[in-house]
Amino acid sequence: MGSGKTGRFFSYAFLTLSIVPILVGYTWLVIATVSTRTRGLLPINAEGGIGGLTLGNWSFVFESAIWSAMLNSLLIAVAMVIGVGIASTSGGYALSRFKFPGRKGFLTGTLVLHAFKAEMLLIAIFFVLRWLGEIPLIGPYIGFNSVGGVALVMVALELPLGIWLMKGFFDNISWDMERAAMIDGAGRFRVWWQIMLPQVRPGIAALALFTFIAGWNAYLVPFTFTIGTKVANMPVYLNQLISDTAPVNWNQVAAVGLFQMIPLIIFFIFTQELLLNIYAGGSKGT
Amino acid sequence: MRVELENLSKAWDGVVGADRITLDIADGEFVAFLGPSGCGKTTTLLMVAGIYKPSGGTIKFDGHVVNEVAPKDRGIGMVFQSYALYPHMTVFGNISYPLRIQKVNKTEIKERVQKVADMMGIGDLLDRKIVQLSGGQQQRVSLGRALVKEPQLLLFDEPLSNLDARLRLTMRGEIKRLQEEMGITAIYVTHDQVEAMTMADRIAVMSGGVLQAYDVPTDLYEHPKTQFVAGFVGNPPMNFFDVEIVAMDGEFRAKSGSIDLALPRDRAEKAAAAGKDKLIMGVRPEDIYLVDDAEPAAPGRTLTAAIEVVEPLGREDLLGVTVNDVEMRVLVDKTKGAAVGDNVDLVFDMSSVQFFDPETEQSVLWT
Ligand SMILES: Nc1ncnc2c1ncn2[C@@H]1O[C@H](COP(=O)(O)OP(=O)(O)O)[C@@H](O)[C@H]1O
Ligand SMILES: [Mg+2]
Repeated sequence: MGSGKTGRFFSYAFLTLSIVPILVGYTWLVIATVSTRTRGLLPINAEGGIGGLTLGNWSFVFESAIWSAMLNSLLIAVAMVIGVGIASTSGGYALSRFKFPGRKGFLTGTLVLHAFKAEMLLIAIFFVLRWLGEIPLIGPYIGFNSVGGVALVMVALELPLGIWLMKGFFDNISWDMERAAMIDGAGRFRVWWQIMLPQVRPGIAALALFTFIAGWNAYLVPFTFTIGTKVANMPVYLNQLISDTAPVNWNQVAAVGLFQMIPLIIFFIFTQELLLNIYAGGSKGT
Repeated sequence: MRVELENLSKAWDGVVGADRITLDIADGEFVAFLGPSGCGKTTTLLMVAGIYKPSGGTIKFDGHVVNEVAPKDRGIGMVFQSYALYPHMTVFGNISYPLRIQKVNKTEIKERVQKVADMMGIGDLLDRKIVQLSGGQQQRVSLGRALVKEPQLLLFDEPLSNLDARLRLTMRGEIKRLQEEMGITAIYVTHDQVEAMTMADRIAVMSGGVLQAYDVPTDLYEHPKTQFVAGFVGNPPMNFFDVEIVAMDGEFRAKSGSIDLALPRDRAEKAAAAGKDKLIMGVRPEDIYLVDDAEPAAPGRTLTAAIEVVEPLGREDLLGVTVNDVEMRVLVDKTKGAAVGDNVDLVFDMSSVQFFDPETEQSVLWT
């Protein structure tokens, strides 16, 4: 960008202009949730004048279905963060540090798999989940139409990204640090846990965040592999409001949408600092 | 601890890191591995540490083969060029790490860490974060971490390369003093021959993964067994000339084109006995002088040269000169006021001249 004051003015002007559509969208969303109808950004009452504010759109918070959907969303997201976190930090470390037969193939394989869209795999995954569901005892928790099953599929879909991301972070850590720790008396596991993991904390934080959001907003997989409201998560619940037969109350849909965003917004407010530091503070020091 | 390496080798599908290194290190000895970058010093050191698995040969500590012993059970401490400190821990955390793994009790840890830290002059920095330390302080922490577990063998991998020249000088003395006081056997990897010459009891010169020579510093300097050692040890490096040795009237002369120099009888006879038509002759820059009142021209050992380059080194000037078309380096007193373009007479002190076989690059004087 240009230098001095003019340059800065144009940067700000450009940035401001480019977020206007987004701001307008969110403003409408908020206004719509407390209105019966809207024209433009204005709430409209039955007579067509300005007014008609209502909390009726938010009545869903008194239904148990929304809370069960929220819980399911949370379960999926948390299970994903844990599953993806463990598999990526250990797998990424192994791929970064160890030589073993099939390492290269595995790396390219995961990359290629990542290129496949989840849609292409839906039918195959369905059969896998049905089969998993028949396992005695744990089957009902990880098979078709279960929160666990959905989480499992989502973890699998997220792993290529996670493993590659963590491998990249581990690649940037000097071997010497690890060697020093081994000479200091640490075994492999201790080196990984006490020395290496603390160095890749920013990577873990980024991955956890991406994964949580992916899990929270998951739609296609839960929609495909769950039936009915008991195992629906938030996006699926939202979709159920848009029925084919009855007229859709868009203001209520907006309210549920906003409701779904609230945890994420809170999450972002608290992690903003961290997010900004993720790429700035990566491998300072030695 | 006595260390013996026997035919120690390391190769990674085709790439040779170290090739049949054989040497022994006496208890309490300070040995330097010296050689240019990529010659296999680190590879050899990491095999001694147990980080690299040898592809062949054995490593013995006090007579026991330790090839299969894990690094943590070898009783070693190591200092890295990159310091390799744990940035998420404090200075105390770093130095105490080996002891915490050994589950030494807390009060003893505190005592031992404080003692080592005081010894390293960082006793008041224990609560600092690693990033808050200067390079020199970081290297002291790293040294402290290596010493705190009271190892029987200390390994150094170019520990001073990242420090500025002044600090390097101080640390050199300190490391040497610590090692002597504690009587710990030490292996010190460096590409800096001054470091090796000043610190080590014996120096192992390496090149291309091969051990070129293993000797006390003065012997490496005065009796280099290969041309590589002669060229690598000593700064500025030795001058080499392709010559023939000719015997005339009971006197030996080294000849080639514009060079014609009288040789001391003992060395010339030994060199001539090798029976080679051509030999490589080595003369150190500090054995060539400018002819003046203090340094009179010597018959048969004086050549006329043109000064091409003058590099002031402070007390001395390093001259790049040519005798007709033969280039050589000459180290002279700064007060001589040598200037580019001057034609000067050079007198050669041939008493420590070296001769090498051009094919094998082995010395024909020393075996
Ligand atoms: N882990 C490794 N894999 C493959 N080649 C290596 C490895 N480590 C070192 N080498 C090779 O071995 C040779 C010696 O390296 P090194 O011991 O690091 O040299 P130095 O420490 O003397 O500079 C170099 O050619 C280097 O490329
Ligand atoms: Mg090295």
